[in-house]
This record gives sequence, structure tokens and C-alpha cells, in this order.
Amino acid sequence: MRHSAFALAIGFVALASQSSAAQAAPAGARTTPSDTTKTVPLPGAVSLPNADPYPSTYAPVPSRATLIRNVTILTAAGPTIRNGSVLLRDGKIAEVGTNVSAPADALVIDGAGKYVTPGIIDTHSHIGGGGVPGDDGTQTNDINEATAPVTAHVWVEHSVWPQDAQFPRTLAGGVTTIQVLPGSANLIGGRSVVLKVVPSRTVQGMKFPGAKYGLKMACGENPKRVYASRGPSTRMGNVAGYRAAWIQAAGYRARWDKWNANHQGDAPTRDLGLETLADVLRGNILVHNHCYRADEMAQMMDIAKEFGYKIRSFHHGVEAYKIADMLSRDSIAASVWADWGAFKLEATDAVRGNMAILNRAGVRTVMHSDDASGEQRLNQEAAKAMAEGNRIGVPVTEDEAIKWMTINAAWALGLEDRTGSIQTGKNADVVLWSGNPFSVYSRAEKVWVDGAMLYDRLDPSSQWRTDFELGFVPANRGGVR
Amino acid sequence: MRRTILRASLATLVATALSAQTVAITGGKVYPVSGPVIENGTVLMRDGRIVAVGANVTIPADAQRIDATGKWVTPGIVNAATQLGLVEVGAVASTREGSARGRDGVAAAFMPWEGLNPSSVYFGPARDGGITSAVVYPRGGLISGQVAVIHLVSGTADDMVLRAPVGMVASLGHMGNMPRAETIMRLREILTDARAYRTRRADFERAQTRAFAASRLDLEALLPVLDGRVPMIVNADKASDIEAAMKLANEFKFKLIIGGGAEAWQVAAKLAAAKVPVLTGAMNNIPDSFSSLGQRQENAGLLARAGVSVALIGNAGGGDEEAFNVRNVRYEAGNAVAYGMEWNAALRAITLSPAEIFGVADRVGSLQAGKMADVVIWSGDPFEFASQPEKVFVRGVQTVAPSRQDLLEQRYKTLPPNYRAP
Repeated sequence: MRHSAFALAIGFVALASQSSAAQAAPAGARTTPSDTTKTVPLPGAVSLPNADPYPSTYAPVPSRATLIRNVTILTAAGPTIRNGSVLLRDGKIAEVGTNVSAPADALVIDGAGKYVTPGIIDTHSHIGGGGVPGDDGTQTNDINEATAPVTAHVWVEHSVWPQDAQFPRTLAGGVTTIQVLPGSANLIGGRSVVLKVVPSRTVQGMKFPGAKYGLKMACGENPKRVYASRGPSTRMGNVAGYRAAWIQAAGYRARWDKWNANHQGDAPTRDLGLETLADVLRGNILVHNHCYRADEMAQMMDIAKEFGYKIRSFHHGVEAYKIADMLSRDSIAASVWADWGAFKLEATDAVRGNMAILNRAGVRTVMHSDDASGEQRLNQEAAKAMAEGNRIGVPVTEDEAIKWMTINAAWALGLEDRTGSIQTGKNADVVLWSGNPFSVYSRAEKVWVDGAMLYDRLDPSSQWRTDFELGFVPANRGGVR
Repeated sequence: MRRTILRASLATLVATALSAQTVAITGGKVYPVSGPVIENGTVLMRDGRIVAVGANVTIPADAQRIDATGKWVTPGIVNAATQLGLVEVGAVASTREGSARGRDGVAAAFMPWEGLNPSSVYFGPARDGGITSAVVYPRGGLISGQVAVIHLVSGTADDMVLRAPVGMVASLGHMGNMPRAETIMRLREILTDARAYRTRRADFERAQTRAFAASRLDLEALLPVLDGRVPMIVNADKASDIEAAMKLANEFKFKLIIGGGAEAWQVAAKLAAAKVPVLTGAMNNIPDSFSSLGQRQENAGLLARAGVSVALIGNAGGGDEEAFNVRNVRYEAGNAVAYGMEWNAALRAITLSPAEIFGVADRVGSLQAGKMADVVIWSGDPFEFASQPEKVFVRGVQTVAPSRQDLLEQRYKTLPPNYRAP
């Protein structure tokens, strides 16, 4: 299987170069299936010739060079830069430091008293797939294909409604990249999709070019509750369900790898679900595993070893602090909340010190939301968790806490070379905050995605309104003052 | 300051012992809420009551002094809408005591505090987070039941109930298959029958009345509402439902409080004119229902500016506002300020305003001589994440007991855990 082997060997570089090619191509231009056999494989499923059937059509919004000067910069890549400047040009961060001069054509923004951070990244979103309004009959909840415990065949992008009014609110919270995941009703819920938080007529126009897909898996109470009558109805039933799926996937992968090696005879019959699972085994799709309890996470880690895949991130992980050493050892990110819990028994050991304890152990700690309201305030959630660490004697600095919602999240999505920090060459996904982002009084004032200012709190008439909002939702122009 | 580790069973005894002491908190930036901030102020407490608050308070020689230099001192926070003590683990039915089955969605006689769990593991985190009183609510149905103010002392359920009932909870708006106007109609029918029941109680007992739309106990429970002694909290988000609630209040002369009130800002002037308080939050801007399309974070600020009495409650959804996160209401206040509410108004909206709305302002909600000594010493601005409540007094007693969450953190701060202690 030449293509997948190449993708595995070259890893991120191949994917990155592929995606820039995709970006350069005119919208709608598609390689034919026969062409792809001669080119670098696209990310995603490679069990079959056309591996990227729903390619990103995202193109950055045209932008002008912008210099934000005289500002405090939390870079997520090193120490805070005070009285710093950052230059955004051609969609990238062109320069950052204390002595950056503005090109003649640049828009210059004075950031006195304000802060710059990387665009916030949420590894756990359902917006677009679970849209609003959510009243009975709106049919906007398309997150859980709760018809079978293993639904690896569904792709959540096919549920995403770009006119969900939650998108512009998330952007206004400084969030520039999100992973939309299927829900947790199923043992294996399907493929995730990584989106840029940008206005678009189509989900394809929001897809982060070159981002790997994720696979949603779920432990514990949710699947066993949902399938109580038909099974799995127990935690041991859950585990048997994962194992059966991976056994099938391994066989499927072997059949396709063999056929791909020489294309002799008829191609094996395609199976959408096994196609996805086979690509997890090949390392092309990242596993995002909803799991609350420490003991269950440890079991999921053994299952991953049994079948030779990696868990990229546990999600929710309210007990992750109990196994911080194990997560660190196996390089598994922990996407967690600041202080949610108590809503079910497997969530009752949630502590606010979770993130601080994980952080100290060297775990890639990620502030996630799983909630459209919380997604708008990941900075506040991180501030809570940082404060708790400092209270209990597990100190956390602002330079560490900023990573929880930027570069660590980017790593969990396999995008750490593209976004998530203020460093030269990175995508210009940047937020200007009215003050310290860890203060309750600060708000995202301006938000850039790939160098384009897509949100400006000070200019309400420029703000993104979805089609749904027109007429239905009051414009709220002018605020209180 | 004697730090006392209390067990629930010992609470009353110890509380009595401690409350005999005189405590002076000195040097802090004191926010009485009932009056202007006092720099370098003193709060003097004795026998569980506040004795004096001011810049020039004479401190008795036998008083324990707590130096609060550089700290902020406020009244204890009153969380105006929770199910604290009524729901322990959300998904576990046997720990959910906050919703009655009722009859056809009516449970006016339901007094959920009778099932309050005084051993809830979430009282500790709430109190440690600066919450000293909570208004506990039933939920669900057309008329959910009655509301109590509880005081976060360690003790029995009886010790904790500060005042009950302080309200009757009803809801307006589209419910299931019931259109809005039908919920209004049903509420009107029940209130009409309660009126009839009041004048014809004897006939009712002799079965000489027509059938009433609610049970005897429910009708009985509604009489204090009709008398204006107990306010009716009507949960309503849509501006038109809020107006409908105001019309019903006029018709039946009951005291109205709006709960939720996502679109209350659209009728702020009317609410102010009718002196109708609103319980709402500042962390939701999502048009998550056709009843709350106008939901915005400026709601509380706009209402306060229009002269409406506002109590801030959790409205972010998700896991932000119940169980150990009842304490998070202070961030609701901070967000309200970020969205235009005056800082002092936001502090009032989590202390004195809810105390006034629920009729306990004679005892809690502000730092004034004669009130119960519910006092919090903060490391800084209480709305900020970096600030911590350093000492919390309820009726003059500082309960220092590690919460379940504290114990877990202590156990796992070092690995591998020591399963024998703590």
C-alpha cells in the first residue's frame, strides 16, 4: 500500500504540502480518481483511490498586512512578550517581537493595555452538528447516530449546518479552530471534522485544509445507557464492542493493503465504517476518546496497544488527574473541563485541580468545552483552573495556561505546525483581547483567521450574522453603553 | 481565629460555642452593599450577628482580630436559583428530590426543602466558594412547587432552612404540545379556582362545589400567593410570555418575580414600572430556543439600568451552575460587568437584591449591624478568577472542613496515591 506508507513516513509534512496545493486549486477543482493514484495521497481514508471525497474549499479571506503594536503577547511558545508587536502578512504571522516595523501599507493597531494570544482552539465542539434553536421539531440535533453502538461509517461533517447561530458567537469568543465531534451515545461514534470558524455557505468552505480526521469513541455510562436494551448494557459489553470492531478493522485493512500493493483481482468490497477504522490503524485518523474514569482510561490505553493504534486525546477525563503519570508516559493529551462534574456518578470525582495536576505531570493539557456557551469562554475556564492550581500549591503560570487552549489543543488535532502559537510562519490566527484574557472583565476585541480580521467587537455592523439570524434574532446593535 | 473542623452531627453544638465569640475583621476594603465601600473598615461580629460595620469601630478587648489588610470583605453571596441539596448526582434518580410528579403538571403544595439533604457533599464547596445562602427551587411542570431560602450552616435540614416558603414557581411558554396561550389559560383557571376555594372552603369539604382544576392541597398552597404574602416566580423567557405573566399578576394581584427572563430587556421599562424583579444570568447569548431568540449577555445590565431589581443566577447551561458550581455565580456577576452592569449593581445582584426579593433582607445580604454575620474575606475582587474566598463566616461561624473535592485533590496531588489517608 504505497500511498498510505508514504503518508505515514512523511507524516505531517506531506499533509501540509498537500493542503497548500489544495488551497491553491480553484474551488471545485477536483482530481479524478485515476489522477490520485499518481499523486501524494490526501489525508483521510486511503483504503480506496479517492481518499478525500469532500475536500476543503476553504480559502482565506483576503487581508491587508496588519501590525499590532505596544501589546502584551502570550505566545504559547515561550515567555510573555511585553510591549511587543506582531505583524500579520499574507495570512501568516510574519514577525513577532519587541522591535517590529510596520510595512508602509500595513494597518497599525495600538494594543496599549491589551493582550494578544493565538486564536483559541476547541478540541470538543458540537456546534453546527447540534445547532440552535433546539426546540422539538427543529431537527437541528444531528450529533448522535444512536442506531447502533458502532457507527464508524458516519462523518459528522455531513451534519454540520454552516448557518448555526452558534458559530459567530464562538468566533466572538476568540475561537478560530474547532473540532466538531459526533456525540457519545456510541462506542464508536464516527468521524470528526476540524473547522475554521468562518462564514461559509458550505461545510467544505470551513474545513481546515489538510487537517486529519478524528474518530470519536466513548466509554462508560453513555453507550451502556443508550443501548441497555440491545447491548452493550455493561462496561464489559462496551469493551467487547470496541475489540470486535478493531478485529474487523484489522482484517479489512489487511485485505485492502494487500490489494493496494498490486491491484490484482477484484478490489475488496468497501465498508465505510471499516474504512475509517482501518485508517485509524494506519495512523491517518486521530482517536478522540470520551472517557471519565481513570480505570476506564487505563483500559482504553490497553485496548489501543492490543490493536496497535494510538489515542490522541481523552476527552472530559474528569479523573485524568489520577493517572497523570500514565497519560504523560503514553503522550496522550487530556481535553478536560475546568470544573464540570456531578451530573452522573462517573463524573463525581471531578476536581478543579485536574488541569494543574496534569500540567505538572507534563501531560498535554487541553481546555475543551463540549458546550457552545463554554466554548465562548475557554479563557475564563482556563483562568479558573489556573487559579485552583495556585490555590492548592500546584502552580500554573499564564504562559502555561495559554497553551491549554491553543498549542496543546493544536497538537491534539495534529495541527501544531500550522496554528496555536504566535510564531513566525504560523497561520495568522490571532486574538486581540481588551485586557488580560484570564480576567473576567476581558473580552476578545478583534479576531483574525489566516490574517483576516473576521470579528471586531467595536464595529457591530461588520459582525457575522448567519442566515438564520436575519429577522429571527434581534440585531442587538449598540450594547449597553 | 479558632479553626474548627466540624462534623455535621456536631455542627449545632460547635456553632453555638463559636458564636459566643466576638470577632473583628479589620483593615479590609469593606463592601457593606447597603452603603458605600469603606476603605480600611472593620466588621465586628458577636453571637452570630453583625454588631458594627465602619471605619471607626471600637473593638472590644476580648475580640479575636482578623487582619484583612489588602483583602476585600463582602456579605456572603446569596445564590438565587439552585437545586443545591435537592440533587446530588444528576443522573441518579434516587438523589433527585427537586421535581414532584404533581397532578397534570401542578404541584403547588410541593415543598422540596422537606426532602433537603443536609449531608450533601456540595454544601462545602458552595460555602468555601463564598456562598452563604441559597434559594432552592423545584423544577418542571406548570406549577413546580414552593421555594425556600437555605442558610449554609452545618447542621440538620431544619437548621438550614432560613425561610420557607418564599415563593411559588410556575412557568409560562410553549410546553410540549401545549401552546403558550393554553399555559396562560391553565394558570388562570387554577388561580380562579384557588380564589373560589378560598371563599367556599366549607362547601368544598362537603363536596358542594364544582370540580376544581387542582387538588385541595395545591389550592390551599396557592392562597398565600393570592394574599400577596408569597410571590409567584414565573419562569418565562420570551418577552410576550413575560408580559402575559405581568397581566396575570395584575388580574390576581399576586407579587410577581420573573425567572430566566432571556428577553426581559425588551420589556425592561414595563418591568421597572411594575416593580417586578428578574432573576437572570449574564453568560448566555445563544438563541437556543424560539422562546429565547433575543437572549443576550447585556440583559442584566440593561434591566438594572432601567431600574429593575435584578438577581444574578447561573444561566450558561452545561455544568456551570449546579452542584459544586453553585459557587460560580460570582463569575456571572463578573460577566455581567463585562457586558455593561455597574460593578456595585452586580455585587448587589448576588447579595442584597436576592435577599430583598425573597424577603430575607432583614437577616442576610448586607453587612449591617443586627444582621446575621454572613461575611466573606476575599483575596481580591470577588468576581475575578484569581481571587479566592479566604474566610467564610455563616452566622458568625467559620466552618473549615475539607470538601470531597479537596480530599480527592489531596490524595492525588502526589502519585501513587495513599489510599489510607486522607
